[in-house]
Amino acid sequence: MIIYGNRAWWYIGSNRKRRRLLQTDMKPLVPSPDTPNAPRPRQMENKRNRMLRKVLKDRWLYILLLPGLLYFVVFKYFPMWGIVIAFQDYNPFLGFVDSPWVGWTHFERLFRDPDFFMLLRNTALIGLYKLVFFFPAPIIIALMLNEIRKQVFKRFVQTMVYIPHFMSWVVVVAITYVLFTTEGGVINEWIKAIGGEKINFLISSEWFRTMFIGQIIWKETGWGTILFLAALAGVDTEQYEAATIDGANRWQQTWHITFPAIRSTIIILLILRLGDFLDTGFEHVFLLLNPMNREVGEVFDTYVYAVGLAQGQYSYSTAVGLFKSVIGLALVLLANHAAKRAGQESLY
Amino acid sequence: MWRKRSIGSMAFDGFNYTFLTIFALITVLPFIHIVAVSLSSSQAYGAKEFILWPHGFTLDAYDYLFSTDTLTRSLLVTVFITVAGTLVNLLFTLTMAYSLAKKELLGRRSIMLLVIFSMLFSGGMIPTYLVVKELHLLDTYWALILPGAISAFNMIIIKNFFQQLPPGLEESAKIDGASDIAVLVRIVIPLSMPVIATFTLFYAVGHWNTFFNAIIYLNDADKRPIQVLLRQIVILSEQLGSGGEYDASALVSLSQSIKMAVIVAATLPILMVYPFLQKYFVKGILLGSIKG
Repeated sequence: MIIYGNRAWWYIGSNRKRRRLLQTDMKPLVPSPDTPNAPRPRQMENKRNRMLRKVLKDRWLYILLLPGLLYFVVFKYFPMWGIVIAFQDYNPFLGFVDSPWVGWTHFERLFRDPDFFMLLRNTALIGLYKLVFFFPAPIIIALMLNEIRKQVFKRFVQTMVYIPHFMSWVVVVAITYVLFTTEGGVINEWIKAIGGEKINFLISSEWFRTMFIGQIIWKETGWGTILFLAALAGVDTEQYEAATIDGANRWQQTWHITFPAIRSTIIILLILRLGDFLDTGFEHVFLLLNPMNREVGEVFDTYVYAVGLAQGQYSYSTAVGLFKSVIGLALVLLANHAAKRAGQESLY
Repeated sequence: MWRKRSIGSMAFDGFNYTFLTIFALITVLPFIHIVAVSLSSSQAYGAKEFILWPHGFTLDAYDYLFSTDTLTRSLLVTVFITVAGTLVNLLFTLTMAYSLAKKELLGRRSIMLLVIFSMLFSGGMIPTYLVVKELHLLDTYWALILPGAISAFNMIIIKNFFQQLPPGLEESAKIDGASDIAVLVRIVIPLSMPVIATFTLFYAVGHWNTFFNAIIYLNDADKRPIQVLLRQIVILSEQLGSGGEYDASALVSLSQSIKMAVIVAATLPILMVYPFLQKYFVKGILLGSIKG
């Protein structure tokens, strides 16, 4: 009530206005030809003609619009309509229309499934780890790059660290495989050389999250610096000179001048990250999954794939996907609302 | 700017340079190592060291890979998907962005809402799969191209860019009798080349890296793109078919080099266009962060 104070007042205000309107002008709701302000049939005809003429004038624009519109209808909105199968026992031979309706059965099954807790925990933990370990990485690197005065060096580092962003997850995971494998991988050879025991980084469930987060940091940290560097480019250099004269050391300058300059960017990105908290990245998780680490690695997306496409339980897996999408949508809307409140233009 | 350099300031810089150098090396050295091993002979390289230069230079691994024609076919498939897919992307995205950039277009707001909502909520994997199946696109290259024909985000950014173009040019062309299509092709697209180049690269890299759709929609082994093949060889350790003069024992000793060579084959094209990528992508991501 406190948060939505303004909106509540708006409702009350508009109700009051509506009531007053109802009391004072008790005009018939259906426009009759006697009412002077109501559009006459001929005027309405004209209006329709005007619209038609406008559409005809822009006919080429509509023709240009058609492929795109068709794309969104067929590949975005048909699937949304297809969500109905989450409430059916979908049978491919009967189709969307004739398959029997079963209500919330699939959701009940999901919530009772012992796997449900595992999926929720894995998805939430991966999201949390990403937030704690990956999110600060680009900020730190950007702050460090910003302190570099030798432009050649700065550009060299930037050129290097952007590269992995363009590689696919398959390539990143494949590189990890050849380096970390127990059968002749360099890392395990090193461990053996210093007298340690070989570690099966790729299979064991203890290493799953570490490898997962490590790969994300390796691939995306450099790219993530771009937005922060752009924000940092706007900092007035006179502030540093003034701070130097006042006797501030480099660390104090970073903390009191540079960091505040990107604080709003950090807050907005943090809010948006919270919005896609559940998006663990299907491809990445899928590539790392194996029967040994399923207990810690299986998330909603990969579960939908395994149950839906591999086992053919279309209805149940659609219900699982819908559960995740709805929570995801709620998170995004909340995040967007929060971003607005944080004083930024909304994203959508 | 730093007239007097204190010890603290020098230590600060020293730490900074060291840390960033290490970070930059960690990102590139694994790849250099992989290229080096892919070019090394199995006798000279014993997998004990992190080599950055080939030991006992040989092209055996590549010879073997290209002798099986599995890799060649996968590469050709991926090149085809990248070219055809990017063309479809551009056709769909540019036409839609252009017409939605016209503020006076009737129904524009509702269509924008339709587009934006699709960014927030989706039908999910299974319903999308069923739609692709119903359209009989399974096991065709179209399944890798059409379901991602437009990225709503890219389309909106291009639309916003079109809106910022000076309206005078278009108006004078219209007065000279040019149709909307002629205006798009002759005026709007040439004026927007840097932006279009950026998004062409975005789309093309996406197609080159396509994996998920291929896993879901394709069963036919002959149609698998390079990323799927890469997963099979490196992550699942599957053998390619026997090819040419290589027998099983030669393959085992070559296996590490072969895996590395496939990684190189799947990444090299991206690295070749990297200078362009870097130039345009940085612009593109900043363009995306400014909303019009």
